[in-house]
Amino acid sequence: MTRLPAAALALALLAGSASACASDAGGHGDQELTVLAAASLTDVFEELAEDFEAEHDATVTLSFGSSTELAAQAADGAPGDVLATADEVSMELAASATTHRAPLATNRLVMVTRPGNPDGITTLDDLDGVAWVRCADEVPCGRVATAVLAGARITTAPVSLEEDVRATLDKVVSGEVDAGLVYATDAVAAGGDVTVVELPEAADHLTTYVVATLAQAEHPDLAEAWLDQLLSPRGRDALTRAGFGTP
Amino acid sequence: MSTRPAPLGRAPALLVVPAALAVALLVIPLATLVLSTDWADLPRQLTAPAARTALALSLVTSTAAMLVCLALGVPLAWLLARVEFRGRGALRALVTVPLVLPPVVAGVALRSAFGRSGVVGEPLLEWSAFAFPFTPYGVVLAHVFVSLPFVVIAVEGALRSADPAYDAAAATLGASRWTTFWRVTMPLALPGIAAGSVLGWARSLGEFGATITFNGNYPGRTQTMPTLIYLTRQSDQDSAMALSLLMLLVSVAVLLALRDHWWRSA
Repeated sequence: MTRLPAAALALALLAGSASACASDAGGHGDQELTVLAAASLTDVFEELAEDFEAEHDATVTLSFGSSTELAAQAADGAPGDVLATADEVSMELAASATTHRAPLATNRLVMVTRPGNPDGITTLDDLDGVAWVRCADEVPCGRVATAVLAGARITTAPVSLEEDVRATLDKVVSGEVDAGLVYATDAVAAGGDVTVVELPEAADHLTTYVVATLAQAEHPDLAEAWLDQLLSPRGRDALTRAGFGTP
Repeated sequence: MSTRPAPLGRAPALLVVPAALAVALLVIPLATLVLSTDWADLPRQLTAPAARTALALSLVTSTAAMLVCLALGVPLAWLLARVEFRGRGALRALVTVPLVLPPVVAGVALRSAFGRSGVVGEPLLEWSAFAFPFTPYGVVLAHVFVSLPFVVIAVEGALRSADPAYDAAAATLGASRWTTFWRVTMPLALPGIAAGSVLGWARSLGEFGATITFNGNYPGRTQTMPTLIYLTRQSDQDSAMALSLLMLLVSVAVLLALRDHWWRSA
């Protein structure tokens, strides 16, 4: 090999990688499944990806981000086999690129406070007079929060409208504010860093997560298999443990 | 100009081609931003209350930050340029760190110091019932943190290039060090101070990461233009483009204001 000129070596490598690609298409070896998913699905999808890789002899690449952003990317033809969004509105943005859709899970709004709830916040009315945050109106968790607050006729203003639900949670976890409105799943993820206050009002404003296979999928069969796994009892169990509800 | 001989010969293609690529790289995204904005809808977008409020807040906080940067930065620059002391090099390196820090890291650092449960912020809150986060003061604080190094470096450079012999002459004529600073050093360094202020102001205007991390986002209080653009992008791309174009126009206006300083020296 060392006697080969560099250019020939490069050509050989190129040829090698090309044949590797070809064998991918044949359905064995290291197939890659690319999943675009809402950030709140991080823990569940990472757990399920490990099982999936072992079972299907494939590599799962997970790309997490804001639902609206990922949906816009998918509609734009970004490489991906599956898209999972935190609500139906965002999935509509990618409507032109989805081939098979299914409701995945539900999420509900809860209130989180500092550990031990030192301010004694037990209802939305108690937000009056404390520093609290919610998501901005532009993002899904903000739309849910606005609806819940309007339903309960709460007019007190938050100190900040956060850019996403994790930023909202972070403000409470870091002690910068006394309370925040986040999804139940975020509260589960925060563990002992927050105290959860359930909101009966939120039952009327559940968000539905949607999962879909994409038209640009390189491995449509694998994409379908990923959906099957999510909707199987094992997938359902992982979602439930993370705080999601059944649609 | 054209009659001047060119003793060094023609500019080599090895330099001209990458230079042209650099221009293309910098100009094409800005040109496409201008071209793909919906101009007919622009007036409506730019006069929307949210845009007006955010722009006003951006202008006020950036200007306030610039004044603070001048009040604190010019003395520091003078100290670094004119006074010999141990650790001067280390101090100069230290104050320029925020220059290379990712803005979101600056926000996290600010929170650990001045947040409501921060090392300085918590005693401050208990003592005065005042906290920086979620207020325009917090926005100014974040702006100052990221802009101050720009001002210090620009002003220090100007002070170094101003001949200290003038200071010495003033001193031999009996001027105190303060009088020398105020009547001799400052006027000589004025162009550099002006350039530093405009650079610092522009840096504040564009500041996003530290501001949103430290202050969150609330219209009229902490929602600056870059924050509004970032959020608007999540739901309305066209509006985000229009707001971006407005920021581009403001930036160009700043460049025009600087033209005396930069273009004349070209």
